[in-house]
Amino acid sequence: MRKTADQIVFAIISYVFTGLFALFTLFPFVILIVNSFSSEHSIINYGYSIIPKEIGFDAYTLVFQNPQKILRAYGITIFVTVLGTAISLYFASMAAYVMYRKDLKYRNAIAFFIYFTTLFNGGLASYYIILSSTYHLKNSLMVLLLVPMFSAINILILRNFFKGSIPDSLNESAKIDGAGDFTIFMRLVLPLSKPALASIGLFTALGYWNDWWTPMMFVERQAIYPLQYVLYNVVSSVNVSSNVVANASTVVLPQESLKLALTVISTGPILLAYPFVQKYFVKGITLGSVKG
Amino acid sequence: MLNRTPALSIMIAYNNIKYGSEAMKYLRKLGFFHELVRNKVLYIMFLPVALYYILFAYIPMGGIVVAFKSFNYRDGLIFSPWNGIDNFRYFFLSGKAWLVTGNTIIYNLTFLAIYTISSILIAIMISEMSGKFFKKISQSFMFLPYFISWVVVAAFMYNLFNYDYGLINNMIRSLGGEPIDIYSNPGCWRFLLPVMYMWKWVGFGSVLYLAAISGIDQECYEAATIDGANAFQKIAKITLPLLRPTMIILILMGIGRILRGEFDMFFNLIGNNGLLMDSTDIIDTLVFRSLMGTQDFGMASAAGFYQSVLCFVIIMVVNGIVRKVDSESALF
Repeated sequence: MRKTADQIVFAIISYVFTGLFALFTLFPFVILIVNSFSSEHSIINYGYSIIPKEIGFDAYTLVFQNPQKILRAYGITIFVTVLGTAISLYFASMAAYVMYRKDLKYRNAIAFFIYFTTLFNGGLASYYIILSSTYHLKNSLMVLLLVPMFSAINILILRNFFKGSIPDSLNESAKIDGAGDFTIFMRLVLPLSKPALASIGLFTALGYWNDWWTPMMFVERQAIYPLQYVLYNVVSSVNVSSNVVANASTVVLPQESLKLALTVISTGPILLAYPFVQKYFVKGITLGSVKG
Repeated sequence: MLNRTPALSIMIAYNNIKYGSEAMKYLRKLGFFHELVRNKVLYIMFLPVALYYILFAYIPMGGIVVAFKSFNYRDGLIFSPWNGIDNFRYFFLSGKAWLVTGNTIIYNLTFLAIYTISSILIAIMISEMSGKFFKKISQSFMFLPYFISWVVVAAFMYNLFNYDYGLINNMIRSLGGEPIDIYSNPGCWRFLLPVMYMWKWVGFGSVLYLAAISGIDQECYEAATIDGANAFQKIAKITLPLLRPTMIILILMGIGRILRGEFDMFFNLIGNNGLLMDSTDIIDTLVFRSLMGTQDFGMASAAGFYQSVLCFVIIMVVNGIVRKVDSESALF
């Protein structure tokens, strides 16, 4: 089919506009990565640039020579992300399965019990006081695991997925064969929902990985700072070095390039994983419109 | 099949006497407990999430009464003395209340408008593209900011706008202009914050709208083509009207959150910058500062209460109106 004039005009507008916008979103990433490989001297004297004037690896060398703090932060982040996502996914899908079962009388009440938490909350003051002085969760790995654990929306999305993809008859026939509710969930529902679990799991994992809020609110112990919070401290402070490198005061450090290098090091895994996981996120967004 | 769980034996008993009316009536009266016993495995399976929400959502919800107390750590949440509406008087008389409410609403409306318009525009353009490769690459680029935290975005801002070394100021200098110090210039942020918001969220939003567009029946377009409609007419008369339900739901969700500021964004990009305070202070940053900075529980809890309750009222009202006008589009 030949394209008519209006289609060509529209196509040109689309390509130009979208292309420019895509470049606009990519631009800061490029600036970050490029400049993290330029020398401290060049940043101080010429500032950031699109093409670095002097290549230098001082900051990276420094971080990799004194990796204790960064490795520790990495360890904490990975531990919390993996464990938290696993627990969250398991129990969230279990709850979603309970709400999906049509023979359960109070399934809608349960769904509302969860949905209501998105409509109303007690405010930050009450949340902070209760978590820190009633539950005594401050300065523990527990708080890093628990605060981002469940999202009402994710649980409801999972329920909608079960509703749309696992027919009731399957449940009933499994019951007739003698399977209990828990067995049905483990043997039937979980294996059938792998795509949804992958998407929701990745959303949860991203939430854990990027969580700087919980440590800022509840953690003062440097030993359990996760990566994002270390990065937050570096980005928001003038004196960068002590946050990154042990015994920092003894040497003169490349402050500016250190900031860049650390941003790259802590964002790197996400950028590397991105091409492989992007499709699961796209699927996840479109999994199900959520209605209470 | 006759296994040993009490739930099952009760179920069998229930079925056996189902038609014996007296016993049936008795069982129905038991209702609630009977249901719990009958489906006890399912209810137990829900227990972990239920406990989580009780501990981390419902008990803190009850803790909202702290807004009517003069809180101190020694007496705790329960035994701190009541002080009526003193906290609220303080919050409203401080002059902060109207400032932060205004800022929160204005910023959120701007964000919602720019997000909705640009997401729809991008989604429509992408849906009409024939080049698969270009489509994929540009979508990947635009979706990328969704994956990073505002902490990283703050680092980006620093790289670009830092007064001494920032790229933008560098360019301005090399062109012979006066560099701008955005960290002491409140006016820029009214423009910069919406742009950053768009930068971070349009990729996400366009995926949402793209999904809605791909759900539109292709025959509509074919019929329109036969009738001689051009590309722009098809967008105006088919795509946009059919996107309306999605649009309404997303805008509704946005309106429902109109008093909930983008804390992550404001906190990371601006932080505790006194020079920018008046033009960028939102309810959430005020609550945070009062709570963690000055330990001013009165201010923090009153502002928090005000935000939570108003938010709840707004979402109920908006949803109620939508339900009356077009019940299909209501949130719940």
